[in-house]
Amino acid sequence: MNARVPGSAADYLGAFRRISGILPGQHLDWLRQARAEAIGRFSQQGFPTLHDEDWKYTSVASIEKGRFNILPTASDNLLAPQVALHALPDSHLLVFVNGRLDPGLSRPGRLPPGTVLSSLAYQLEQDQDWPEDTLVTYPPASPFADLNLAFMADGAYVRLPPEAALAAPIQLLFITSEANLAVQPRNLLVAGAGSSASIVEQHVALGESSYFTNTVTDILVGSGATLEHHKVQQESPAAFHIATVNVSQAAKSRFTSTSFALGARLARTGIAVKFQAEDAHCTLDGLYLSDGRQHVDHHTWIDHQKPRCTSRELYKGILNGASRAVFNGRVVVHPDAQGSDAQQTNHNLLLSENAEIDTKPQLEIWADDVKCSHGATVGQLDEDQVYYLRARGIGEASARVILTRAFAKEIIDRVGPLSLQERLDQLLQHKLPRQ
Amino acid sequence: MLDIRNLHVSVDGKPILKGLDLSVKAGEVHAIMGPNGSGKSTLAHVLAGREGYVVSSGEILYQGSNLLELNVEERAQQGILLAFQYPVEIPGVANVYFLKAALNALRRHRGLPELDAIDFLALIRNKLKQMEMDESLLYRPVNQGFSGGEKKRNEILQMVLLEPTLALLDESDSGLDIDALKVVAAGINGLRSPQRAIVLVTHYQRLLDYVVPDKVHVLADGRIARSGGRELAIELERTGYGTPADHPGRQAATP
Repeated sequence: MNARVPGSAADYLGAFRRISGILPGQHLDWLRQARAEAIGRFSQQGFPTLHDEDWKYTSVASIEKGRFNILPTASDNLLAPQVALHALPDSHLLVFVNGRLDPGLSRPGRLPPGTVLSSLAYQLEQDQDWPEDTLVTYPPASPFADLNLAFMADGAYVRLPPEAALAAPIQLLFITSEANLAVQPRNLLVAGAGSSASIVEQHVALGESSYFTNTVTDILVGSGATLEHHKVQQESPAAFHIATVNVSQAAKSRFTSTSFALGARLARTGIAVKFQAEDAHCTLDGLYLSDGRQHVDHHTWIDHQKPRCTSRELYKGILNGASRAVFNGRVVVHPDAQGSDAQQTNHNLLLSENAEIDTKPQLEIWADDVKCSHGATVGQLDEDQVYYLRARGIGEASARVILTRAFAKEIIDRVGPLSLQERLDQLLQHKLPRQ
Repeated sequence: MLDIRNLHVSVDGKPILKGLDLSVKAGEVHAIMGPNGSGKSTLAHVLAGREGYVVSSGEILYQGSNLLELNVEERAQQGILLAFQYPVEIPGVANVYFLKAALNALRRHRGLPELDAIDFLALIRNKLKQMEMDESLLYRPVNQGFSGGEKKRNEILQMVLLEPTLALLDESDSGLDIDALKVVAAGINGLRSPQRAIVLVTHYQRLLDYVVPDKVHVLADGRIARSGGRELAIELERTGYGTPADHPGRQAATP
C-alpha cells in the first residue's frame, strides 16, 4: 500500500465525496460500490508517473497539476450551426456538450427496431436491472479508467439487437466548450449477434481553452457481429485527452478500429481488444498528426485468448515541429490460442529534425502454432518519389505535400463510412502544410 | 536546342562523364547507345536535374541558356521531360491525380488555365487509347502494381500528355515484348515534330528499327566515342560495343 496521497488525487477524492450523491446510477448497489472502489484505488495510486512501464514515455504531470473542475458550471449557449460543422450528413447523431447529452442538438434519426441509441445516464436511471458485467467488463487498466468510473456522468449507450444492420454511421459528437473542466464520458457500445454498424466517436472543442477529457468506451462485439469504431480526436490545442477503449469480441466477430489523433496538447489513447472466443478478427488502424509541442501516444493491446483469431494493425504518424509521438503495440498470444495470426505495422514520417517518435512492438507469444509479425519504420519522404514528381514540373513543396497526404491517405481510405472519409480528407488538408 | 560541351560529372566522388560533347537540334532524333556503365543514364538524369550529380566542368546550354542554373521542376516546366528507366512507384497517389497535377503545373507555368477534372478526363482518355492502355490504370496508384510494360507505357503516356520540347527517353524499350514495343515506338514517333528534339538512350538497337534516329552516338567511358547515322546502330548490333576480347564468340554468334 502506498501511504502517499498525492495532492491532486486527494482533490479528486474530496470532490468525489462532495458530489457522488448526484452521479447517475447511484441507486444501483454494484455501481455505487464500484465507484467507491475506483476512487479508493485512484486516491492511493495517484496519477501514473514515468516510472510506470506503461507511461514511460508520456508524462501526465501537467494533468495532475491542472486542477480541473468536475462539474460544468453553467448551461452553455451552443449554437446548432457549430454542431452542423461537425455532423456527418448521413449520421445518426448524438451530441454531448461538456460531457452531457444535449437532446436538442441530437438527431438520432430512424433506426432498426430494437436498436437503442441513448444517454448512459438516462439508461442507468431508468433501468433497474442493469447487468453489471456490461459496464465493468474489464478490470480498469489504468488510474484514468478508475477516475472515469468514479466520476462518469454520461456518455452514449448503443445497443444493436441481433442481426440489425445499420447503413448509416452512428456519430457520437463530444463538444467541450468550458475551460478548466474535466469531462469524463463513458460509452457503452453493444453489438448483438450478427449485427453490423459503424460508430464514430468524435471529440471537438469550441475555442482553444484548456480542459481535460478522460473518456472510456466499452465495446462488446457479439458473435458474428461486425462493428467499426472510428475515433476522431480534434480537441483544442491546449486540451488534455486520455482515452481508454476496451473491446471484447465473441466468436466469429469482426471489429475494426481507427484512431485519428489530430488535436490536443497531450493525447493518449489506449485500445485493448480481448478475443474471448474463436475465429474472431480485429483490425486496428490509426493515424496521428502532431506539430508544435504536441505529444500523442497510442497504446494498443490485442489479447489472443482463444484459437484461430486474426489481428491486423497499421498505425501511421506524421510528426512535425518539436512534437513527440509514442506507439506501443502489445500482442499477447495465450498458450491455448493456437492458430493465431497477428500482424502489426507502424510507419512514421518525421518532417522535422526536432520531432521524436518512440515506437515499440511488444509481442508475448505462449503458443507454438502462430503467425506473428511486426515492423516499424521511422523516416522521411522517399526522395526518389519527390524527384519523380518534380521531374514532371510539380514544384518541390507541392510534391512533398502530395506525398505526405498519400502517406496519410492509406489510413483514411480504410474508414468505412464514405462521409467520414471525405471529412477526414478535408481535415487532413487543413492540418498539413499547404501546397 | 541542346548543346553539351566538355561535360564532366561525378557521382559520390566517382567520375562518370569525362568530357562529353553533344549537340541536338530541334526536329532531330538522337540515339545514345553504349554498354552498361558507360554513363547513359547519368547523362539522362543530369539533363533532368537530379540532385547528387556533381558537374565539375563543362556546360549545358538549353535553348541558348545555362541549363545547370535550373532546378528539376524548372527544367520540366521549360519543356525537358525524362521518361525514366525505372518509373517510381508512389503508393497512395492515384495515377490520374498525378497526371493532372503534372499537366496543370505545366499549364500554370505557361499562363494557361488549369484543366478541371472533366476536361482532363476527356483529354487523358484519348491519350490512353493512343497508348493502348486500360482506363483502370488511371485509378491505380502511380506505377504501383504495374507490369514492366505498363510502367513504360505510362512514361510515354506522360510524354504525349505533357508534350515536351526536349524528350529524353531512358531505356524506354527495355523489358517490352514486341507488341508493347510497337506501341511505345508509335507513341515516340507521334512526338516527332520540327519544334521538338528527342534523345533516346538505349542499350539495344531494337527500338531504332521502329524509331529511326537522325543521329546515333556511342557513349563509352564517359564520352562520345563515335557518332554517325542510323547505320552505326546496325553496325553496333553486329559487332557489339567492346573489343572482341570482351565478348568472346559474340561476332561469330551473330549472323
